[in-house]
Amino acid sequence: MPKYWNEKIECMSRQDMISLQNERLVAQVKHVWDNVPYYRKKMEEKGVTPDDIKSIDDLHKLPFLSKADLRDAYPYGLLAKPLADCVRIQSTSGTTGKRVVAFYTQNDIDLWEDCCARAIVAAGGTNEDVCQVCYGYGLFTGGPGLNGGSHKVGCLTLPMSSGNTERQIQFMRDLGSTILCCTPSYAAYIGETLHKMGYGPDDIKLKAGIFGAEPWTEEMRREIERLLGIKAYDIYGLTETSGPGVSFECEEQTGMHINEDHFIAEIIDPDTGEVLPEGSKGELVFTSITKEAFPLLRYRTRDICVLTREKCSCGRTLVKMSKPMGRTDDMLIIRGVNVFPSQIESVLLKMSNASPNYQIVVDRVNNTDTFEIRVEMTDEMFSDTIKSVEAVEDKISADMLSMLGIKAKIRLVEPNSIPRSEGKAVRVIDNRKLV
Amino acid sequence: MSVKQISIFMENRPGRISAVTKLLGDGGIDIRAMALADTTDFGILRIIVDDEEKCIKLLADAGYSARATAVVAVGFEDKPGALASVMEVLYDNNISVEYMYSFISNKEAGKAYIMLRVDDNDAAAAALEEKGFTLLNSGDLFGDK
Repeated sequence: MPKYWNEKIECMSRQDMISLQNERLVAQVKHVWDNVPYYRKKMEEKGVTPDDIKSIDDLHKLPFLSKADLRDAYPYGLLAKPLADCVRIQSTSGTTGKRVVAFYTQNDIDLWEDCCARAIVAAGGTNEDVCQVCYGYGLFTGGPGLNGGSHKVGCLTLPMSSGNTERQIQFMRDLGSTILCCTPSYAAYIGETLHKMGYGPDDIKLKAGIFGAEPWTEEMRREIERLLGIKAYDIYGLTETSGPGVSFECEEQTGMHINEDHFIAEIIDPDTGEVLPEGSKGELVFTSITKEAFPLLRYRTRDICVLTREKCSCGRTLVKMSKPMGRTDDMLIIRGVNVFPSQIESVLLKMSNASPNYQIVVDRVNNTDTFEIRVEMTDEMFSDTIKSVEAVEDKISADMLSMLGIKAKIRLVEPNSIPRSEGKAVRVIDNRKLV
Repeated sequence: MSVKQISIFMENRPGRISAVTKLLGDGGIDIRAMALADTTDFGILRIIVDDEEKCIKLLADAGYSARATAVVAVGFEDKPGALASVMEVLYDNNISVEYMYSFISNKEAGKAYIMLRVDDNDAAAAALEEKGFTLLNSGDLFGDK
């Protein structure tokens, strides 16, 4: 059984990797300078030209990109290839309701799927495996990414998407799925449902799971492994750089190897932007050095983590990142979906009769996120019948679903009942214990 | 002919009814009739009071969402089948009931009373009056003090 999908890259010496990164970075900066006026302007403002970037040591000279840039440049401002060369769009939620759209050339798709293939092989996948992908398909990168990786490896791929858990388990049993790809909370839910249906790990053939798109703890990992009788691997990625597969876990399960031949990782001080020495905890920043259509340079992920170059027993030399330990912004990840409080506010502000006073309450019950939005009642929304109040709830609920892509329980509360401390309301109560 | 009812939005959690009734009591509001509609998350307290303007102001100042709505107060013989005959009039006239509740009045002995919220108050009042039912106004409700 091959241990690596691409041994040459995954086990490359540090020196060779640096040379490869140098070469790719220099070319990428030129490509962006020539084709992305938005970023070129940022470089000019900083007094940097492509001539200043000769190696990865010069990376710190480049300006950062953030979610705000993606919003300002929406939709085409960061595109570096003619649309005729692009074959795909994927999308994720943005900060103020405007979604992030990322473009891919066929080559971008190939490289992305290649990254996912590495993750599948690291989890023990081969062309003998049956890979059940129950990440969402569509604009969300989870389904398409792992689906493509699974094809590359040659697994028999079940593109299940999420939901209909009993059918998931029926297929798992009938078709002998050996690898499961989904969010960790859904994996736990599948495990619980399996047991509720009177089955256990011996009734299925699963051996591994590749779980990502949301924070999860070691305790949750053990629980999923117990419920499904598998080894559970973490995977990380973001739409802005490609999707899942930016980094992936090996059998050591002590952090995720970053695919450094495609993404240069830095850790910065989120307040000063200064690059921190290796081993420091800080904000993760990625520079895509192979992407053609949507090549983000020094993109601030807002994820807090630590990088380590300690030798890994799996033989890979790729740098490892810890599980994200938090965020530098107020983004929440609920059931694998990115949610910004500002999106909720923008829905309420668009409703002429609603109060913008809201509170988000997130918890994790039986390994599944619960998501409640409390909205203060206003005189304008209120009337004397239950059905009219429920109609208000339904309207808010539908608008939130369309904005967030995830269903929230709407709870109308009395005016002024959302606590305000020093005049500023507490917008988010996150009762999940994720780190 | 109708009566003003005040509806108050309340969360369905302990202490809310206690708080609002204390507020009204301290404000000297006399409640003549009331009904509470509840769902899992919230409730609507509907009350008929002696001074609705004062009551609304009291509630608004205390930060409640409250609203005044016209309802129809009907009196009929306190005997089996009488309520059904009221409903029959509404049904015959294609009037839809949103909610209703009964209340006590000392206005006339041997009578039962209900407060009706329908989709068309005027049509309901006219149809009921034509059939000889007693309709009450705010003055009737508090005139027996």
